[in-house]
Amino acid sequence: MTAIAVDGLGKTFDMHVLDDHEVVGLADVSFDVREGEFLAVVGESGSGKSSLLKCLYRTYEPTAGAIHYYGDDRIVNLATCDDRTVIAMRDGTIGYASQFLEEIPRVPAVDVVARPLIEDGCDTKTARAQARALLSRLDVPEQLWDAYPATFSGGERQRVNLAQALAPNPDVLLLDEPTSALDPGTRRAAIDLLETYLDESTTVIGVFHDTDVVRTVADRILVLADGRLERIAPVEALDREVLVG
Amino acid sequence: MTLLEAEGLRTVYGEGCSACLDATGPAEGTNQCPHCGSVVACAEADLSVAAGEVLGIVGESGSGKSSLAELLALEHNPDATTGGTVSYGDRPGNLLDVDYQTRHDLRTGEIALVHQHIRDGLTLDFTGGGNVAEKLLSAGWRSYADVRERVEELFAETEIPLDRMDDPTHTYSGGMQRRVQIARALATDPDLIVLDEPTTGLDVSIQARVLDTFRRVQREEGVAAIVVSHDLGVVRLLADRTLVMRHGRVVESGLTDRIMEDPHHNYTQTLINSVL
Ligand SMILES: Nc1ncnc2c1ncn2[C@@H]1O[C@H](COP(=O)(O)OP(=O)(O)OP(=O)(O)O)[C@@H](O)[C@H]1O
Ligand SMILES: Nc1ncnc2c1ncn2[C@@H]1O[C@H](COP(=O)(O)OP(=O)(O)OP(=O)(O)O)[C@@H](O)[C@H]1O
Ligand SMILES: [Mg+2]
Ligand SMILES: [Mg+2]
Ligand SMILES: [Zn+2]
Repeated sequence: MTAIAVDGLGKTFDMHVLDDHEVVGLADVSFDVREGEFLAVVGESGSGKSSLLKCLYRTYEPTAGAIHYYGDDRIVNLATCDDRTVIAMRDGTIGYASQFLEEIPRVPAVDVVARPLIEDGCDTKTARAQARALLSRLDVPEQLWDAYPATFSGGERQRVNLAQALAPNPDVLLLDEPTSALDPGTRRAAIDLLETYLDESTTVIGVFHDTDVVRTVADRILVLADGRLERIAPVEALDREVLVG
Repeated sequence: MTLLEAEGLRTVYGEGCSACLDATGPAEGTNQCPHCGSVVACAEADLSVAAGEVLGIVGESGSGKSSLAELLALEHNPDATTGGTVSYGDRPGNLLDVDYQTRHDLRTGEIALVHQHIRDGLTLDFTGGGNVAEKLLSAGWRSYADVRERVEELFAETEIPLDRMDDPTHTYSGGMQRRVQIARALATDPDLIVLDEPTTGLDVSIQARVLDTFRRVQREEGVAAIVVSHDLGVVRLLADRTLVMRHGRVVESGLTDRIMEDPHHNYTQTLINSVL
């Protein structure tokens, strides 16, 4: 069953501050993702990987095309639906984790992770317990759970970020280099979690630094070049690709 | 569910003339009408706020943020000519046209304003507790014990030391005065709080703590908010959606992260680039 169908997606940036010149982030990208599929987006630096994920999350507003999300009871065009629909879908339906943790001052790590659960209707105690379990599985040292992520190392913050995105077990998860700052051991823990925590039906679209990670988790790869879709292929075709810039 | 919907909001200082609207705005590069000299502080502003949602309003000094916020908070402005419509919940009619008593009831009940200038929002000679109690009294609370209990509860919620409750407000720090304003705004469990520049005049470290408190209470109470700030960081932290104002007009609106990462309007791009 199709989870997301992207059709003719384009994103052009009008740079008014630089003499109105245009930057093409994406052009005419079309593909389908099946429910439960893990799609790795690969391509050189500047090929449009982050732009694609941000269009799917609507942090970037697409300038062409459609992004149809097939929910249980409705189809939503994420490229054009109103902002409040996007806000509602970000509450548990679509999750996003970038490389960087958005800085929220003075919220302890455990609450950063628990918050999406609480907003989803979970009681505070259960949400915190689940958050601790996730942090533990990602090898975040226990003495940090009640501390503020602002003081954490890059890798520790990245794991808090990933835990936060995974916690509500969204139907669609968008990951933009979520393991770039992790050492091999913690990266392994992160990948294990991706494989075991998420439901079978969770659809993941992600960008990863590491070939081994892509081999382990991905079903198919989507290759971008200069903002265009070059091809989409089974993960076995990975050898010849550049993952990120 | 839409809580508040506003159309064509306008505040003009001065006589006004038929050319005022055409002669002002971002394209004209001014909010002052060259024909009659009036200041079009805000005009043609449309917006809506859903229950529990936080809407941010950003823009440079003088762009009309406070003028818009005061209209939305039903603040009476004797110096200006105002216009537009504000519909609220399932109440019939335009909130800008209601009689004195209805406005008083709304302002002590459903809609609260935290003023940009502390002296407009608090009586500094009163005690901190008295400033909060005054709101309850004007909303019709009569029992001294109930008022006292509610004030203590609000002090705790907004993290103001209880033992300062009976000290005059002018002896409080800037951060504490802001908290008293927030406590006062929350006193009667409003549906909507309008916060005008919640962090001006505060040290950076105090700013973050006041914002944290507000963010926590806002979520816990599920109260909708309109947060006005010239500081993009404040809006980024608090707002789901954001409006950008310039020369009295809304030039762009959208999801807060979209405004920050994919700004469309020329002015928004300049604004974002200037802080990066
Ligand atoms: N917000 C933006 N404003 C203007 N141009 C942008 C913006 N975001 C991306 N671009 C441009 O779009 C193109 C694609 O960028 P994108 O960040 O999507 O690439 P990427 O594949 O993620 O690269 P990397 O591997 O370096 O992260 C680049 O030319 C980039 O400069
Ligand atoms: N009482 C008044 N009489 C005349 N002009 C006024 C009055 N109050 C505000 N203005 C003008 O209206 C315009 C908008 O002012 P407003 O206070 O709404 O801006 P603002 O965006 O809140 O600015 P700031 O960031 O400095 O608080 C400004 O040009 C201001 O000088
Ligand atoms: Mg990228
Ligand atoms: Mg102001
Ligand atoms: Zn005029």
